[in-house]
Amino acid sequence: MKIYWQLFVSFFRMGAITFGGGYAMLPLLQREIVEGRGWCTDAELTDYFAIGQCTPGIIAVNTATFIGYKQKGVPGALVATYSLVLPSFLIIGLIAALLRNFADYALVKNAFAGIRVAVTVLILNAVIKLLRSSVTDRVTACIFVAVAVLAYVLDVSPVLFVLATAALGIALRVGKEAKGK
Amino acid sequence: MIYLLLFWEFFKTGLFAVGGGLATLPFLYEMGARTGWFTAAQVADMLAVSESTPGPIGINMAVYTGYTSAGVLGSVCALVGIVTPSIVIIILVAAALKAFRDNKYVNGAFYGIRPASTGLIAAAGVTVAMGALLDLDAWTGWDRFWTVLDWKALLLAAVIFAVSKMCKKLHPAFLILIGAVAGAVFRFAGA
Repeated sequence: MKIYWQLFVSFFRMGAITFGGGYAMLPLLQREIVEGRGWCTDAELTDYFAIGQCTPGIIAVNTATFIGYKQKGVPGALVATYSLVLPSFLIIGLIAALLRNFADYALVKNAFAGIRVAVTVLILNAVIKLLRSSVTDRVTACIFVAVAVLAYVLDVSPVLFVLATAALGIALRVGKEAKGK
Repeated sequence: MIYLLLFWEFFKTGLFAVGGGLATLPFLYEMGARTGWFTAAQVADMLAVSESTPGPIGINMAVYTGYTSAGVLGSVCALVGIVTPSIVIIILVAAALKAFRDNKYVNGAFYGIRPASTGLIAAAGVTVAMGALLDLDAWTGWDRFWTVLDWKALLLAAVIFAVSKMCKKLHPAFLILIGAVAGAVFRFAGA
């Protein structure tokens, strides 16, 4: 039972302090799940994000489902996912019921502008950490730079990048093996 | 039976919105227009709240639109509706990955996907940084490009970065708290 309680605590906490969507949750996942609990590695986390971006649904939710499933199968997936969304349900419920013009308060606007700066730094730190596990040679360095630039410049679905680099990875790895034999 | 309808509408949104929370927006506008549960102006207001409260934006939007349409029970139906497709699909993918973990094709695919995934995250980070550190309305041309730099925000970013490097054990929540307090005290949004 202890593992379910740990899943609940970790994902509830992340749901309560993630500001600004799935990418902003990445640094928290690294701290809570990779460094804190040791439930997965940085490399696995990048895999979950890649899959989360090409499967339907919200990336943060997909990642929670993945990690919960890895720990305790289907019940673990359900506990992790619903723990992550529970704070949203409570906070939005309160705001919807009591503070209709919440986003118009000067205090909220100013605080959120400051939070965005903090989130920028957190994402930068997260990317630096992920580079260590995902960029291991010259080829992967080129893939990282190319995708980062193209994804920023072009307005195309992330699915295309993931499918293209998956094909490239298979061609390079399996092709190399075939040549080696 | 609005509760079943809410579940069904958000189930479809969860099933077809690929690429994160903001991808659900077009579905919400269409849903509001078709059902009359909420207006486009309400969607814009709800988005502002969803972006300035904790939690994934797509989840916050589902809870808020569900509540606006049919109260607390409505928000439960919308929430369960939007996460159910994700849970089913990811469990299937995770089970398949477990079975094919040692497959050379799967390993080859992830060799290419990992740096790409990091690249996608970096590109999204640049978009976040532009919004947080620059004041694009102040742009007057390349000869005075520095007018777009938001010096207060850049200074805060430098401070938070330094703190994160000096105290590596510090939980990211504290950095978010520093950002919120500094933003409120120094009026970062000018409000």
